[in-house]
Amino acid sequence: MQEITREALLSRAAELFRDGTVDRALGWRAGEFDYDVTPGVFTSAEELENGFVWNDFCGANFSKYLIRETGLTEKKVLVFLKPCDTYSFNQLLTEHRFARDKVYAVGVPCAGMADVKLLRDRFDGVTSVEGAEGGVLVHTLYDGDVTLPQAELLPDRCRNCKSKKHVAYDELLGSDGEVLDSHRFDEVEQLERMTPDERFAFWQNELSRCIRCNACRDVCPACTCEKCVFDNPASGAANKAPSSSFEEQMFHIIRAFHVAGRCTDCGECSRVCPQHIPLHLLNRKFIRDIDRFYGEYQAGAEVGSRAPIVDYTEGDIEPGEAVEGGARHA
Amino acid sequence: MQRIGVFVCHCGTNIAGTVDVKAVAAALKNEPGVVFSTDYQYMCSQAGQDMIKEAIAEHHLGGIVICSCSPRMHEATFRKTAAAAGLNPYMVEIANIREQCSWVHKDMAVGTEKAIILGKAAVAKVNLNTPLTPGQSPVTKRALVIGGGIAGIQTALDIAEAGFPVDIVETKPTIGGKMAQLDKTFPTLDCAACILTPKMVDAGQHENIRIFSYSEVTAVKGFVGNFDVTIKRKARYVKEDVCTGCGLCTEKCPQKKVPNEFNLGMDNRRAIYIPFAQAVPKVATIDPDYCMMLKSGKCGVCSKVCTAGAIDYKAKDEYIEEKYGAIVVATGFNPISMEKFDEYAYSQSKDVITSLEFERLTNAAGPTQGKLLRPSDGEHPHTIVFVQCVGSRCEACSEKGKEYCSKICCMYTAKHAMLTRDKYPDTDVYVFYIDVRTPGKNFDEFYRRAVEEYGVHYIKGMVGKVSPEGKKLHVQASDLLAGKQLHIDADLVVLAAAIEPDRSARPLATMLTASMDTNDFFTEAHPKLRPVESPTAGVFLSGACQGPKDIPETVSQAGAAAAKVIGLLCKDHLTGNPCVAHADEMMCNGCSTCERVCPYGAITYVEKEFRMPDRTTKLRRVASVNEAVCQGCGACTVACMSGAMDLRGFMNRQIQAEVDAICK
Repeated sequence: MQEITREALLSRAAELFRDGTVDRALGWRAGEFDYDVTPGVFTSAEELENGFVWNDFCGANFSKYLIRETGLTEKKVLVFLKPCDTYSFNQLLTEHRFARDKVYAVGVPCAGMADVKLLRDRFDGVTSVEGAEGGVLVHTLYDGDVTLPQAELLPDRCRNCKSKKHVAYDELLGSDGEVLDSHRFDEVEQLERMTPDERFAFWQNELSRCIRCNACRDVCPACTCEKCVFDNPASGAANKAPSSSFEEQMFHIIRAFHVAGRCTDCGECSRVCPQHIPLHLLNRKFIRDIDRFYGEYQAGAEVGSRAPIVDYTEGDIEPGEAVEGGARHA
Repeated sequence: MQRIGVFVCHCGTNIAGTVDVKAVAAALKNEPGVVFSTDYQYMCSQAGQDMIKEAIAEHHLGGIVICSCSPRMHEATFRKTAAAAGLNPYMVEIANIREQCSWVHKDMAVGTEKAIILGKAAVAKVNLNTPLTPGQSPVTKRALVIGGGIAGIQTALDIAEAGFPVDIVETKPTIGGKMAQLDKTFPTLDCAACILTPKMVDAGQHENIRIFSYSEVTAVKGFVGNFDVTIKRKARYVKEDVCTGCGLCTEKCPQKKVPNEFNLGMDNRRAIYIPFAQAVPKVATIDPDYCMMLKSGKCGVCSKVCTAGAIDYKAKDEYIEEKYGAIVVATGFNPISMEKFDEYAYSQSKDVITSLEFERLTNAAGPTQGKLLRPSDGEHPHTIVFVQCVGSRCEACSEKGKEYCSKICCMYTAKHAMLTRDKYPDTDVYVFYIDVRTPGKNFDEFYRRAVEEYGVHYIKGMVGKVSPEGKKLHVQASDLLAGKQLHIDADLVVLAAAIEPDRSARPLATMLTASMDTNDFFTEAHPKLRPVESPTAGVFLSGACQGPKDIPETVSQAGAAAAKVIGLLCKDHLTGNPCVAHADEMMCNGCSTCERVCPYGAITYVEKEFRMPDRTTKLRRVASVNEAVCQGCGACTVACMSGAMDLRGFMNRQIQAEVDAICK
């Protein structure tokens, strides 16, 4: 169950449309089923009333969509941001990707968003899902109605939520939380404990499933280049499809390098991956190394902050130490 | 695909001794694009260069690869050769098969294999080379000298004499710097003021020199030939152009208890003051921290006595902006603080002084009119102990002092000891030293005179502790040569404090994007071959800001810096380096990462309108590189994730092609 109701969001959005503050809104749009919620652009309160949903499947992070939408309007764009989305929002502002004054951000508390895969793995023939007291009520064709504790449907990024605190908003509906002491690096440490061969086998196994659909890149709020190197024939890295198992690794590793120090760990890459590759682990390893070598840094915690890897301070470790340290913890 | 010529140099036996040059030429003949490949004994010789020119003409070469020595050695030579043959000089690539190959290998087979690989990488790069043309920028024919000590004064005078306008910015109310505080100068013992003040007057009166005293540089923008500098002129509350320097105000001011910094606080001055008699400009300055009128509005004596009407209590700091073609840093040095050296009892006894304080005590214009008297009771000291290397040559792990040798202390201590013995033969003088370092013309003779003719007791060993006991200072020390402990009851202890760069240097270096070493001394572009240039183009170094120096060395460096500035200002235009960064505006997403990593401030962002495929226009924020400022370091190209930023002559694709060629 989410703290704020759909009706509360709708009525606030309707007010903002009515008083002319905004002329478009980024929100979650209903799909075929309750669980296949997709991001949508709404241009009127009526459209919102008809298509907007707010339930336990509203995982999509809208920050990146603001780049396009703010360019299409003279007024402001209404956006709903969950706590983890606000970090991406700030990071994009740091990178000057959209104008802050073109956005009306409404902070929305989040109790964690359910993972469609976990739901599907558990049940066949899900007909509908609804929030219920103490969890989620799932109606199925074969197993009848089952109420599950919400925790059982949470993906890794929500189980190990890093923050319930909104770091950016114009207005907050409901309550604000705290930055959490999460266990998000536990899995990274597990990988670090493997031998290089075991680790290679692990990633080979994961990455060999990649079909190069580019969904991870397309959804990633840090991947906002005008032209991605993988689409640019002049870059030498352009590639539309995997040509060997080695190529796939290069795609994901190059991407991890490109977002290093800028990735807020929102987890969208893993959420959208149709092959269920735990891509967030690559980024978390980078975050972990940066934290270790240069001190704790959370991308997007504040606007204008400089990531340690593009900032020089006298206390920085020598590059050689970073390379050796990286190998040690690799 | 280019038509490429490969030229493999034997360099006598330097290369041919460990690399089979014929095999290299033969192997590279088969590389993509190569239409001609040969070897020759000395490629850089006239005959070798002629051969290259002929081959360019005969085989219509579009690019050439020279397998030879380091590009630092002969890249310029071969670029000129190519240009003479009508080829763009940036179509030349050097494969360094000497320093990076023949010199480091002993085995012919290994050396040859590596030389071929290096050649292949260069061929792969030339295939992607494009002709480059350097840009030009105009030169503002005016120089700025920051710091008005002997270094700054000498540099300014030399530049001014060559006919270029120069501005000196000095933070103190007068120019003169540390040298103005000195008594005599080694090794000739002429009086510092006698040789310095004429130069100060020359600078003050020179038609090409403007002196901004009591001023600071607060911002520097631009690049070589075109610096925009903001100078803060601190309010001195006295109109500089009206004050005649008569000094009446400084006698009548009722605020008499202001520590006199010129005498290092050993006597007092008034709240309105002229630092010393020969100050340039000779203009009074009101110290706002002590002036009653400025603090409480009650007084106004100076205004009443000033017949010229120069006092202006309402003066405000002013900022002026000026353009310069070159900037000389001459910010000088200071003795380090003695607070970490309490074993010498500097804070406990007035009779433990630093050498600079000793200079003031023996200076005729100092607090004692030149009579050597103990600061505590004004009595003549009969036993004086000089301690050398206080804070110099400290171990790296000790956080007390500096690792380096302050260079001037040995000589000035010899001078102090000698002068004391000369004036007061009844005084016992001890000098404790680690080593006595006297490299310099007439320096060792000078030191030996102190020992041999003046009977100064030089003792190798360090002072462990100084403890004030009654009127005496009990000095415990070791004599390393005699192998015994010494106990001396001294009347005066003089500490040869290490010197360090002035504190203003660090923020200034940031403004100038000039680099510094760990001790905050400015780094030179090359420690041996470009000692007065900073690595930042258009910024030059003069005097102790670059490292500890005595006066003769400072003056020669000051002259050298001036010569470099004159050489720059003589030019009407500067030819840039075409190997600079460049942003592909269609790919730039405006994230500012490159701007943040650029150490030279060469990148700015501009809002630009772009026509989109659907005939609309879109305002986008894109990076723009100032090619005159860019030094081609490439930091931006690796920071740019979209690959919009690229370095001409070293494009990402070229580097990748080289790596591919090596790994193939």
